[in-house]
Amino acid sequence: MLSATAHSQLCRLRPLPALKPRPLTAAAASSSPLADQSPPSTPPPRPSPPRSQILTLRRSLLARETTAVQLAESYLARLRLVEPRLNSFLHVSDSVLREAQAVDDRIGRGEDVGPLAGVLVGVKDNICTADMPSTGGSRILEDYRPPFDATAVRKVRELGGIVVGKTNLDEFGMGSTTEGSAYKVTANPWDISRVPGGSSGGSAAAVSARQCMVALGSDTGGSVRQPSSFCGVVGLKPTYGRVSRYGLMAYASSLDVIGCFGSSVADTAILLNAISGHDRYDATSSKREVPDFISQFTASNILEDKPLEGMRVGLIRETLGSGVDSGVVSVINAAASHLEELGCIVKEVSLPSFSLGLPAYYILASSESSSNLSRYDGVRYGSQAVADELSSLYGVSRAEGFGSEVKRRILMGTYALSAGYYDAYYKRAQQVRTIIQKSFKAALDENDILISPAAPSAAYKIGEKKNDPLAMYAGDIMTVNVNLAGLPALVLPSGFVDGGPSGLPVGLQMIGAAFDEEKLLKVGHIFEQTLRGHRFVPPIIEDDNTC
Amino acid sequence: MALLLCRGIRMYPPLLNYAAFLRRKSHVFYCAMSTTEAQTATQGSQSTPIKISPHRKEKGLDDVLKDYEAIIGIETHVQLSTLTKAFCSCPYHYGSQPNTNICPVCMGLPGALPVLNSKVIECAVKLGLALNCKLNLKSKFDRKQYFYPDLPKGYQISQFDVPVAYGGHIDLDLPVEFGGGHRRFGITRVHMEEDAGKLLHSGNGTGVPLLEIVSEPDMRNGIEAAEYAAELQRLVRYLGVGNGNMQEGSLRCDVNISVRPIGQVKFGTKVEIKNLNSFSSVNRAIDFEIVRQALLLSEGQDDQIVQETRLWEEGSQKTVTMRKKEGLSDYRYFPEPDLPGVILTKDYVDSIRNCLPELPEVKRRRFEKMGLSMQDILFLANDVNVAEFFDATIAKGADVKLAANWIMGDIAAYMKNEKLSIDDIKLTPQELAELIASIKGGTISGKIGKEILFELMAKGGTVKGMIEEKDLVQIADPAEIEKMVDKVLLDNPKQLEQYRGGKTKLQGYFAGQVMKASKGKANPGLLNKILLEKLNAKS
Repeated sequence: MLSATAHSQLCRLRPLPALKPRPLTAAAASSSPLADQSPPSTPPPRPSPPRSQILTLRRSLLARETTAVQLAESYLARLRLVEPRLNSFLHVSDSVLREAQAVDDRIGRGEDVGPLAGVLVGVKDNICTADMPSTGGSRILEDYRPPFDATAVRKVRELGGIVVGKTNLDEFGMGSTTEGSAYKVTANPWDISRVPGGSSGGSAAAVSARQCMVALGSDTGGSVRQPSSFCGVVGLKPTYGRVSRYGLMAYASSLDVIGCFGSSVADTAILLNAISGHDRYDATSSKREVPDFISQFTASNILEDKPLEGMRVGLIRETLGSGVDSGVVSVINAAASHLEELGCIVKEVSLPSFSLGLPAYYILASSESSSNLSRYDGVRYGSQAVADELSSLYGVSRAEGFGSEVKRRILMGTYALSAGYYDAYYKRAQQVRTIIQKSFKAALDENDILISPAAPSAAYKIGEKKNDPLAMYAGDIMTVNVNLAGLPALVLPSGFVDGGPSGLPVGLQMIGAAFDEEKLLKVGHIFEQTLRGHRFVPPIIEDDNTC
Repeated sequence: MALLLCRGIRMYPPLLNYAAFLRRKSHVFYCAMSTTEAQTATQGSQSTPIKISPHRKEKGLDDVLKDYEAIIGIETHVQLSTLTKAFCSCPYHYGSQPNTNICPVCMGLPGALPVLNSKVIECAVKLGLALNCKLNLKSKFDRKQYFYPDLPKGYQISQFDVPVAYGGHIDLDLPVEFGGGHRRFGITRVHMEEDAGKLLHSGNGTGVPLLEIVSEPDMRNGIEAAEYAAELQRLVRYLGVGNGNMQEGSLRCDVNISVRPIGQVKFGTKVEIKNLNSFSSVNRAIDFEIVRQALLLSEGQDDQIVQETRLWEEGSQKTVTMRKKEGLSDYRYFPEPDLPGVILTKDYVDSIRNCLPELPEVKRRRFEKMGLSMQDILFLANDVNVAEFFDATIAKGADVKLAANWIMGDIAAYMKNEKLSIDDIKLTPQELAELIASIKGGTISGKIGKEILFELMAKGGTVKGMIEEKDLVQIADPAEIEKMVDKVLLDNPKQLEQYRGGKTKLQGYFAGQVMKASKGKANPGLLNKILLEKLNAKS
């Protein structure tokens, strides 16, 4: 697959002894149970559980075994190498090495560095960054540079994180394939003829292909979880209000949350730790205390026989019915069995209102988006059409600036909010939302967590659903209910179905009670560390390891 | 302050005094006031006006108006004088440079979110309580959506179906010169919203917090409406929630008016009037509009009255069509997802209720009980600071009527001339009370009292100190006055001779000379008594 030149580049890419031969997981031996402890030169006899890239990096930085600059260089090299095939990024920062150098300088001076020091973070392009363009994947914001960092980005930077670039997405987050970007189509690292999912497809693909260590995405109806499943990475949609939305370009404000991608539960949890908490710039952000999400983690080598003894897990019956791929059902059933082996009591639960979620979601999200997108008129920022008068300036700017999916949702939303239709659509959908919230509440009173697939299928082919929006919308059935209920959910790679050069990953969705990310992450970590037989490193960089 | 003292509505003669009515081919009438010059119905029009006999028309007008009644409701927008805007921490000052007070939030930049300024709720609760409203302890914000060039987000954050306050009323007393009388007008609702920017492509005005107060359609003519607006302004200023300045647009009134034949149950077609920058324009615009609509109705041209927004043109003193409404506007309201609901606790409401100042209506009733005339009451209660000054003067023991006279007379005139507010003048209520007592007790004459007053207002100091310093104590010793009288008579033998020859008018001359000799300090009564005795003694 690789040309000779590319291949040799790939080999030159890893000059660091500490990163050889498995740059992503190998590091100096350490006492942390979360960091990779396997000897660098001995390949594991069978796929080992994923390690925290962040903790591994931190340890080797503080032990002066590697430098942030060396590490950044290796990631940037890989980023550039695979980017032509993946198109995960809309913009790559030109200050990564400078920022890495600043981290090294601080370490050199013996100063304290933040928990994300030197960590390379991808940021979905609908999250504002002051030093880089932020287009939301839309033509109407071409070359737009916000004057401020989103709160989540600010927090990442304050803790030492380095924003490596802006990742591709469906325009303003509206879509499930990342084909809806005005700029490029991102490919799935497991099979570049397939979509990475969406709308945070760029972030998921970038983490999957180790173009960055972790990434921020946004999840309005499943935009973090579905691409996590498609790309075989860990994705977390926090509780609504856990993370400030300030600086996230609004799609549907009552559903939008900023979420996290990582190649391990630990990395995802560390990123969530960094961005959580009340923000005075977001009135809907919660004042609840933020726990240390990884303090409860147990190392895999000291796990008891049944570490999740007594944990009540509800498998949502409605998510395994017709329309769900049999391969996906098998993976979820296997995951349920695995949870049972860990001591969980897994029972089927029924959420009778489950199927109402999809229509309610599309009405509410479209309604809110029709309002949120009315600010894009080409006057104050973004691309402006040439027109003689104001009203046609607006009209032409919007006609040229928005893609067809965005226009479709603006039209649907405007219709749903119009006098005479409001009661039948918007109001009714709000009533459905209340019912869904209640039914989740009841199910979570009976169970610690609920599980389901994250998507009815694995990644499908680019173009397959492009001209069939309803088919694409139907793919959101597993995730939209969680947004309507405002609950946290974690997606974990749990298995594979056939397809692509080496199979396609399938994610398990775990849904928790509001603000109980801690439990999700704890369970997720044990699940991940004990899952045997799978290795979620995509072939696009698997080649890399054979070098 | 000067503005407060001369309320515009008093300065204009009553309307409905029309000298001429001009008619255009378009069948739209323009009525003109006789007191206003140079207005023309042909402005902006190529058609030739047909002049109708003023005499015949004027007589006809009174007859016409007799048969119709107007139904008037007012929507008022009050800008709150919070230090920052409604939903961000940008400061707001009227008249600052365009686009200097803006941030990502009020610019409506992608990713920016509104956060409610808690002062806005406090102001809303204050005004709601002052308007005798019921409060919705749980209210919310909604988005009102329309395209407007300076509405950066494409929607306005407002309150739709659950306003913060509703179902109240406002009490007021009409000025005596307009016939007087007490009125109570219903308040439908009070809600919070943000101001859309002004059309200067400036974000400065965008996001300034507003309260919108909607009245019941309880008013029947221009003066009632103008007085309603004036009372609202008074409340806003008493409560300190805004400056209520109409010229700056800090208090804006949009009037809804319909006219129907008396006895008809169905309302006439509603017309909205905007661009009312003073109470007098509220008054005149309404009375103009009543005449316009009544005339059309009386001539069977009901179809010429359409649901529309009309602008009041101050220059030509008429209303003109601004935009016709095509059906009901659809603002596509829905709950604002970026802001949590507004929850008022009983304790919070009580704490605000307990801190409310004495409101104008209560003050007026109290002044009434003190025996003041309605004219005095309206003047004194108009400005909370003037009322406080008056109350403080009374508290120092001053006579009620005399204190009112001084404040409304010389003090008001001084403030007006110097463009000062009552807080700016150096005179204290304590000294005004002292001054009044000194005159009443005969220590100084009224004339000297007036002189002292102006010095006290300009420079401050005490009445006692000034009397001592300038040796102004009134001479009330008959012997001393007699001496002065004797000297004047002695110095003016010729005049004395004339007086005694029958030219008794010269008494005034002598009195003036004696007063002059006493440097104005002689007790005038005593002086005249002694002088008269002396003048007439030897005749």
